[in-house]
Amino acid sequence: RCPFPQAIVWDEYLTGPFGLIAQYSLLKEHEVEKMFTLKPGRLPPADVKNIIFFVRPKLELMDIITDNGTQDRGQGSSGRGGHRGRSPQRDFHILFVPRRSLLCEQWLKEQGVLGSFIHREQYSLDLIPFDGDLLSMESESAFKECYLESDQTSLYHAAKGLMTLQALYGTIPQIFGKGDCARHVANMMIRMKREFPGSQNSIFPVFDTLLLLDRNVDLLTPLATQLTYEGLIDEIYGIQNTYVKLPPEKFAPKKQGEGGKDLPTEPKKLQLNSAEELYAEIRDKNFNAVGSVLSKKAKIISAAFEERHHAKTVGEIKQFVSQLPHMQAARSSLANHTSIAELIKDITTSEDFFDNLTVEQEFMSGIDTDKVNNYIEDCIAQKHPLIKILRLVCLQSVCNSGLKQKVLDHYKREILQTYGYEHILTLNNLEKAGLLKPQTGGRNNYPTIRKTLRLWMDDVNEQNPNDISYVYSGYAPLSVRLAQLLARPGWRSIEEVLKMLPGPHFEERQQLPTGLQKKRQHGENRVTLVFFLGGVTYAEIAALRFLSQMEDGGTEYVIATTKLINGTTWIKSLMEKLEPAPF
Amino acid sequence: MSRVRADEEEYWHSSKFRAFTFDDEDDELSQLKESKRAVNSLRDIVDDDDDDLERVSWSGEPVGSISWSIKETASGSTSSLDGRDSSLQKGSSSCAALPKQASSYSLSSLFKGEGFLCATQLCLSLSALTDTGVKNYAPELRRPKAEYKDYSSDWSPKDTVRRMQRGKVCSLERFRSLQDKLVLLDEAVAGHDGNVITAVLIFLKRTLRREILFRELEVRQVALCHLIHFLRETGEQKFLLDLLRFLDRTEEVALSQYREHLNIQDVEKRREFLKGCIGLPFSAEDTSHIQDHYTLLERQIIIEANDRHLETAGQSELFRKYPRKASILNMPLVTTLFYSCFYHYTEAEGMFSSPTNLKKTFKIPDKQYVLTALAARAKLRAWGDVDALLTTKNWLGYTKKKAPIGFHRVVEILQRNNAPVQVLQEYVRLVEDVETRLNLATKYKCHDVVIETYRDLKDRIQLTAYKCKVERGSADEEKINSILNNMVRNAY
Repeated sequence: RCPFPQAIVWDEYLTGPFGLIAQYSLLKEHEVEKMFTLKPGRLPPADVKNIIFFVRPKLELMDIITDNGTQDRGQGSSGRGGHRGRSPQRDFHILFVPRRSLLCEQWLKEQGVLGSFIHREQYSLDLIPFDGDLLSMESESAFKECYLESDQTSLYHAAKGLMTLQALYGTIPQIFGKGDCARHVANMMIRMKREFPGSQNSIFPVFDTLLLLDRNVDLLTPLATQLTYEGLIDEIYGIQNTYVKLPPEKFAPKKQGEGGKDLPTEPKKLQLNSAEELYAEIRDKNFNAVGSVLSKKAKIISAAFEERHHAKTVGEIKQFVSQLPHMQAARSSLANHTSIAELIKDITTSEDFFDNLTVEQEFMSGIDTDKVNNYIEDCIAQKHPLIKILRLVCLQSVCNSGLKQKVLDHYKREILQTYGYEHILTLNNLEKAGLLKPQTGGRNNYPTIRKTLRLWMDDVNEQNPNDISYVYSGYAPLSVRLAQLLARPGWRSIEEVLKMLPGPHFEERQQLPTGLQKKRQHGENRVTLVFFLGGVTYAEIAALRFLSQMEDGGTEYVIATTKLINGTTWIKSLMEKLEPAPF
Repeated sequence: MSRVRADEEEYWHSSKFRAFTFDDEDDELSQLKESKRAVNSLRDIVDDDDDDLERVSWSGEPVGSISWSIKETASGSTSSLDGRDSSLQKGSSSCAALPKQASSYSLSSLFKGEGFLCATQLCLSLSALTDTGVKNYAPELRRPKAEYKDYSSDWSPKDTVRRMQRGKVCSLERFRSLQDKLVLLDEAVAGHDGNVITAVLIFLKRTLRREILFRELEVRQVALCHLIHFLRETGEQKFLLDLLRFLDRTEEVALSQYREHLNIQDVEKRREFLKGCIGLPFSAEDTSHIQDHYTLLERQIIIEANDRHLETAGQSELFRKYPRKASILNMPLVTTLFYSCFYHYTEAEGMFSSPTNLKKTFKIPDKQYVLTALAARAKLRAWGDVDALLTTKNWLGYTKKKAPIGFHRVVEILQRNNAPVQVLQEYVRLVEDVETRLNLATKYKCHDVVIETYRDLKDRIQLTAYKCKVERGSADEEKINSILNNMVRNAY
């Protein structure tokens, strides 16, 4: 359809999310000849007419684009006739994801390059499907923008995403929410609906309930170390857009004889999602329950391979051969996960991991949260990574509804003296976000919240869990507890605690035409969409999946979020960038 | 409706004429309107020479957005609202075709539609960006009437905001009175779309006097936050500080100013800048940290100059043997202390580079000091210094070993620096907790300590078992044997 070959220059961050929705082959069909990543310096040569920049609306990226030599083009006038014959003149276009930004365009204008872009458009990527039951906006700074900068643009996008979702899967009759941002999103949805009355559609609703949850209602959960298999992979290696990069040593091909010496040096890249049977089974288990599953699988597979000796007739052999591809896939999947589990085990059995976890669990169960913790002091003295320290200190602060002024000052001083005074800016950000604060009014609400919501379970069964607390080996994530209690017996039973948590809680109803109202069969599950505003962890997702699978649960959950996070990436997003930009 | 209409729609939505020509014409058109209005009301002339910046304009329908793909599929309805209506159903019909299990929602199949939709949008927007070449040959068609509506000046503030949210061209300059501007701002805030709020704020910033803008923003917190964020992003430091000062947010002024030091590469200039920060209205706690930051950098500059000279001169054996890996400038305090314990341990307290001076100046707690000094001296294998560091004299002149960090930590640090067993043993023996002591002693093969501890515990079994850990015929084995014999005798 397009007569001219084109090249795409990618903002590297975007390639991940886009990789989930479109393959290169698809782009190739649309005459995309070359792909580059955005970096400073001149653009590499390419025999193409159109160059399209796919970028997030960020000022530093605008600077790079300017540096790419876009300014040699005139004020865009010569481009119009340029298509006659193959002129070396190239046309530039810019596609902002997820949104055009006036700020960026103004910036480009000041650099004198705005006119070089024939088209400036936006590609609104609201919700990206990550798995069968998981959608993410992959907006890394949503939490920071909402709570540090009071910029609610990401909420606007969330509301827009929800409107799209409703256009596709039907109006959601019930909306519940907790937190200021949740209230905002619900308000925006109602407003959008009112402004476009036409959006009333005739699709039978898939979702019965929407639950909007603010991350700042539950600041505790992301700070704790996740203990599910997937959660640990993310904590240790970082999962990005369903891909993980692992150290290659454990994945060396084990061939007898030749070539055993030269180990691969490139990190091993694996995609992780529920399409892989084995991973779907173990991803949400507590890590301590993963080993037994793996060894059971190993036995089954080797037994299956053994069967070839019993295959006597041609028919039996044929049947065996037909199963081979499936068996081989299962075997390589098993080999991969055994290697990953080994890598993780090396870390989880280390002394420091144990000490760290012990302190976390003490805090979460309410022990010694009001004084300076020895382990934290030791970690500072040994200059452990700053983010680790901040995670622990923030956890202590949250579990104590704020630290005593003296304790807070002590930690601050130690951190600044050891890691540098400039971190005063980061500490300030954390205070502003409510993660680190002095106790006001001298009252600690956390014990009441913990007891009422049963956040700490002493007898946790990691192998055959009967409660969501298995995902943190004892701590039941507050956010998921709220979802669970909403389904049964309803929030009315916990009014008191809800009032202690920040922000309003509310309920809204969206009227459905009578024809679309559900007549529920007996025993049919309700479907709830839980939208985490400000990010969600893999452990929380695991807990919700656990609830979906409970036999008498009666509710299935689908999860949406602004970003998949863990404690480290979350704290990092709140830290002040101390290195000056590359320019 | 007819295919022709649909094509026409598509043409006007995707061709680059929309992006450029429209803009220009919009300019003319609005200028025309502008002059007309100016004639009508001569009294109301404001300084709008910079109309580029005042006319906040978006061009083009947001490609790839829902509303855009909706328009693409909508057949020929010109009014955008109607288009949205019918096409929403259209858009969804593409998904209705997907398998949907009625009762047991197999949700995994649910989002394939979503992904598919995204991919389609991507292709559409790709084509839309570049297929203009063909369309250029199309004869200039009369513009659909509905498009003229874009330039109508009758949009209410609400409609203007709504149109801007959808990425349409909107001129803001017709909002002249303060009242109008504020209504516009409030509408933008109510829409929660940061892009639009920022757009309106830029317009207000250009057209309102600072005092008025500040005053009005003070009662509009959301808008205020957006402006602050905008100023921070664009680096309009002076304007930002003025604003914060006006709001009396003094601590924020201070922090914001302090942040600037990160952009100063030259150390001398950075030092000067930090000096200027000391007087800023930080909280009491932060003030002392900022003061420390300045003092530290001041020291580092002095030390650095000195040591660089020493190193290049090649006179000092220490610097020859252990060349410095990096400059000490801008390093944290504890790192600086380590450095000074490493290179300047014996210096008198009067020297800026001496550890004791640093300890005093910055009130470094004992624990921190011992830990750092220990690590530095152990690295140099100066076991004598280690011993002295952990030895205290009481007023009677007796000496006693004391470690504010606990002897198990001392052992750890020494071990990490490959201290010989004799040295290690001395401190393992001092670990108070018996179990920890045994663990450490066993781990680091301090046989003496293990044997003595078992002896004190009168644990024959463990002691006998330990015999296989020591060398045959060594003094250690003999010692075990003799203790075992003694124990037997005592038992009778």
